Amino acid sequence: MILFDHVTKLYANQERPALDDVSLEIEKGEFVFLVGPSGSGKSTFLRLILREERPTKGAVWVAGKELGHLSNWKIPYFRRQIGTVFQDFRLLPNKTVAENVAFALEVIGKPKAHINKVVPEVLEVVGLEGKEHRRPDELSGGEQQRVAIARAFVNRPMLLIADEPTGNLDPGTSVGIMQLLDRLNRLGTTVVMSTHDSNIVDQMRRRVIELEGGHVVRDQSRGVYGYAQ
Amino acid sequence: MRAQFVAREVSHGLRRNLTMTLAVIITVAVSLGLFGGALLLRAQVTTMKDFWYDKVEVSLFLCGKGSDTASCAGGAVTKAQRDQIKSDLEGLKPLVEEIYYESQAEAYQHFQEQFKNSPIADNVRESALPESFRVKLSDPTKYEVVASAFAGRPGVEQVNDQRQILDKFFKLLGGLQAIALAIALTMLVVTVLLIVNTMRVAAFSRRRETSIMRLVGASNFYIQLPFLLEAAFAAGVGALAAIGALVLTKAVLVDSIVAPSFQFTSFVGWDAVITIAPILFITGIVLSGLAAFFTLRKYLRV
Ligand SMILES: Nc1ncnc2c1ncn2[C@@H]1O[C@H](COP(=O)(O)OP(=O)(O)O)[C@@H](O)[C@H]1O
Ligand SMILES: [Mg+2]
Repeated sequence: MILFDHVTKLYANQERPALDDVSLEIEKGEFVFLVGPSGSGKSTFLRLILREERPTKGAVWVAGKELGHLSNWKIPYFRRQIGTVFQDFRLLPNKTVAENVAFALEVIGKPKAHINKVVPEVLEVVGLEGKEHRRPDELSGGEQQRVAIARAFVNRPMLLIADEPTGNLDPGTSVGIMQLLDRLNRLGTTVVMSTHDSNIVDQMRRRVIELEGGHVVRDQSRGVYGYAQ
Repeated sequence: MRAQFVAREVSHGLRRNLTMTLAVIITVAVSLGLFGGALLLRAQVTTMKDFWYDKVEVSLFLCGKGSDTASCAGGAVTKAQRDQIKSDLEGLKPLVEEIYYESQAEAYQHFQEQFKNSPIADNVRESALPESFRVKLSDPTKYEVVASAFAGRPGVEQVNDQRQILDKFFKLLGGLQAIALAIALTMLVVTVLLIVNTMRVAAFSRRRETSIMRLVGASNFYIQLPFLLEAAFAAGVGALAAIGALVLTKAVLVDSIVAPSFQFTSFVGWDAVITIAPILFITGIVLSGLAAFFTLRKYLRV
């Protein structure tokens, strides 16, 4: 599903690379935690998968495509296969829950009948039935993140990228979000999520990739966060 | 669905940026209005040239008793000289279209008619007015051919081209047209800059939407289309206003005010307005579309 082949990313005007010679593979259907201190390169790793950044050296493969050779006009179509969730939810404040989810389908030109059918379905999957007509400011943080996950998942992507999705949530709420992501993973979606939260990683016991200063310092299936080398 | 979505986004965008939209509409209207005015003036000059060049003639004034130019040193023109001039003029056909001989008596008569109620008419004697050949050319710009053949020839006092007098007037109109065009072009540049800025503000105020669109894989076309349509819409409204002003200029200023007071000449017809209107509309749409497109390419990159 994802292959990093000796990937180095050096941002312009930076001395130290954000990622330094990273090679690893993520299989279809996996649930992968990306951990590491702030500035260790987690977001950079995820942006490379989304082709928001290009590697300085090496190659990134996603779903059988080498992203360096993906022409610009194909990028939108490539991104339709990937759902993305962020720490700050990124919802449109003047649209309702249902409209926020529908927006993701409208802008890729899906027909109205299809939208009317799948939006309620996905809102049920994320546990927001009955709240379709609320606006984001009438929802708790956890509920807002569920809307964002519904929007990411409504197009049934094969891959879900989540950059610190629980970073703004309290521990109790985070558990609910993790259960939701786990459920989507069990539905067959590959999930790659970055986090600071050691409790979550320890509870879930999934593959853990640890970054430090742009290097992979640990890659362990069924890991826990604080496991010393 | 697509059309509905795009229409909704465009109307949202237009309302959100109402002041900017109005500014774009007004500058487009003013700049295109000036541009249209300049084009109309040019059409007017062309119409007048067609009208007047058809009527102007080259006059060959022949020597009289009192003539004192070098070519008249031999006194008044002789019959032999006059016949020679006439046959030489006929030799210049087809450039020379018509030749008309005006005797002193006829010149006097014309003069009296022209200045009927003026004291000048009483002070001029027949012998003071020269006899002349009035020549009409098939191509009035080839005046020099006639001038070089006859100027300075014994018996010819002076070769006179009416077109030269008209040309001074047309030069004045041409100058006015150039000034209008220069102002119009400057205004068009201002318009482009304003559209660029408007698009920048619009892209910024909708950066949340566009970043989500990018994220979920909306195509560039889909992301940019609402912005492009907004710019095109504002430019279209501005262009229509400019066309309205053009129609008013023709109907009111030209037809009702100027034309009745200057009946000796002809004025631009509606065909000029019909030609200029689409030029204005297309210029407005294309200019704003291009300005918006290149701005957005920079600000809404994947
Ligand atoms: N757009 C950018 N331009 C320049 N440097 C950046 C940019 N994004 C991240 N970095 C740098 O790259 C390093 C890794 O950042 P990031 O991938 O965001 O880490 P993390 O998500 O683990 O906190 C940091 O040193 C950060 O300052
Ligand atoms: Mg980060």
